Amino acid sequence: MGTEIFALLYIFVLASFVGFELITKVPPTLHTPLMSGSNAISGITIVGALIAAGHNDTMAQILGMVAVIFATINVVGGYLVTDRMLKMFKKK
Amino acid sequence: MREILIPVLYLVASFLFIYGIKGLGSPLKAVKANQLSALGMLLAIVATLLVKDIVSFEYILIGLVVGSGIGALLAYTVKMTDMPQMVGLLNGFGGGASAIVAFAELLIRLHNAEANPSQIADFLNLKSGLTIQLSIIIGGVTFTGSLIAFGKLQGIVTGKVVKLPGHNILNILLLAGAVALIVFSSIYPGDLNAYYVSLAVALILGIMLVLPIGGADMPVAISLLNSYSGLAAAATGFVINNEMLIIAGALVGASGVILTNIMCKAMNRSLMNVLLGGWANAAASGGADAQTEKKTVKSVDSEEAAMLFSVASNVVIVPGYGMAVAQAQHTVKELMDNLEKKGVNVRFAIHPVAGRMPGHMNILLAEANIPYDKLLALEDINDDFKNTDISLIIGANDVVNPAARNNPQSTIYGMPILNVDYSKTVVIIKRSMASGYAGIENDLFYNDNSLMYFGDAKDALVKLNNELKNL
Repeated sequence: MGTEIFALLYIFVLASFVGFELITKVPPTLHTPLMSGSNAISGITIVGALIAAGHNDTMAQILGMVAVIFATINVVGGYLVTDRMLKMFKKK
Repeated sequence: MREILIPVLYLVASFLFIYGIKGLGSPLKAVKANQLSALGMLLAIVATLLVKDIVSFEYILIGLVVGSGIGALLAYTVKMTDMPQMVGLLNGFGGGASAIVAFAELLIRLHNAEANPSQIADFLNLKSGLTIQLSIIIGGVTFTGSLIAFGKLQGIVTGKVVKLPGHNILNILLLAGAVALIVFSSIYPGDLNAYYVSLAVALILGIMLVLPIGGADMPVAISLLNSYSGLAAAATGFVINNEMLIIAGALVGASGVILTNIMCKAMNRSLMNVLLGGWANAAASGGADAQTEKKTVKSVDSEEAAMLFSVASNVVIVPGYGMAVAQAQHTVKELMDNLEKKGVNVRFAIHPVAGRMPGHMNILLAEANIPYDKLLALEDINDDFKNTDISLIIGANDVVNPAARNNPQSTIYGMPILNVDYSKTVVIIKRSMASGYAGIENDLFYNDNSLMYFGDAKDALVKLNNELKNL
C-alpha cells in the first residue's frame, strides 16, 4: 500500500485538473459529442477486461469475456457515433 | 522488450486521450481529435495483448468481435434524436465492464493467494479491498442507473418522478451500507461474500438514484452517469495499478462533473434538488403558480404566419424537446432556406437544457445541415432579442417563460431564460395550451406580442413552408 496508492492518487488529481481545464473550453455546441467521446474513453477499462479474459482462471476468463464485450461496445459504439456526429458539423 | 514497449504505448495512449478531449475545443479540429483518441484506444488494446499474463486468446477474440459488432451496429443505426438514450446505454456498458473487471481481478487474487499462502498479503490487502469495492460499487451504480435512464428516455420506464415510501431514507441506508462494506473489505479483503453484497447494494442503489429523476431532468442524470462511468474506470485503474486507466477515467469524471454543473446552473437548481426529484414535486403541489384569472391568447394559421415571416428581416428560432419528438429538424432547415431566399436573417437560440442531454439540439440541427455558427448560446443571443422581428418557438416552453425573470413566487424564478418576449413578435408552435415540464403556466403565451400557432411541430412547419413558397 504505502507510497504506491499515493502515486496513483497524485496522477488522479492531476489528470482531473487537466480534464477540468480542457473541458471548460469545449463549446456548448459540441457537448453531445463530448459526452459520447469521453464515454468511449471510459471504455479504457477494456484493458483490465482483456487481462482477465486472457487469464488461466476459468471463472476470471468468463467474467473477463463479458467485460470485454461490454467495454468494446462502449469503445467502438462511442467512437463511431462521435465520429458520425462530428462530421455533421459544418460552418457556413 | 515488452517491459518497456507496453508502458510506452500506454503513455502515448494517455497523451492521445488528453489530446482528443482538447481537440473538442473547436468543431473544425474535433473530427481528427476524436480519431486520434480512438487510435490511442487501439494502441492501449494492442499493448495489453502483449502483457505476459495473457495466456489464451479465445475469450478475448469472442469478446472483441461480439462487442465491436454490437457497438458498430448501434453507432450506425441510432437516430440523432435518440442520442441521449444511446449515450445512457453506453455509459451503462462502461460502468458494468468496470465492475466486472474488479470482480474478475478479485477472483484472480483469491486464486493466487490460495496457491501461495505465504504471500497472501501481496494479493489481498487494504488497497485491494478498498479499490475493488470502490470499483464494484461505482461500476454497479453506473450500470443499473444508466439502464434506468435509458429506459426513461426510450419510454420503457415512466419519465415521471417515481418515489417509493421512504425513498430518501432507503437511499441513505444503501449508501451507508456501501460505505460500511468498503471499510469491512479494507480490513478483511479476503471475504468474498462482502463483495457480492456490495454488488447487490450497488445495483439496487443505481435504480433507486435514477428513478426519482424526471424526464426533462435527464440531461443532469446522463451527465452525472457519464462522470460515474469515468470514475469507475479510474477506480479499476487503482485496482490493477494502471496509470492510463486513472488518467482516462479522471478526464471523463471531470467532463461529467462540469456538464452536470452547467445543467444545474441552467435550471437554477442544486444537484440535490434534481436528484431528489424536487422540482416536479413542488410543481405538482401547484401553490403560488396557480392561475385563477381567465386570460386569452391570440392564434394564427399558417397563411397569417407566412405573411408575418415574409416581411421580417431578423428571425430567431428557439428549438426545444418538442422539435426532437416531432423529428422536425429537417423541416426547420427548409424553413431556414425559404426565409433566407427572401433575404431574412435566420439564427437559432439554444438554451443549455433544451432537449434531453447537453448539446442535444445542436446535433439535431447539425444533422439537418444547419451551419453551427448560426447556433447561438443563451449568453450570446439574449441581448439581441430586442432587435429581433420574430422569435419562433418550436416545442420549447419553460426555457422561454418570463416568470423566471419577473415572478419571484414561481418555481422556476431565477432560472436563466431566453428573453424571446423582448422581440417584436413571438410565434409559438405548440400542440395545445398544456404546461411544460415544470408544470406551470407560461405567461409568454398571453403577451400582446405573442401568437400561438397550434399544431404538431412538423405539420405546422410543413404548412408554413408551403405558404411561404406560394407567396
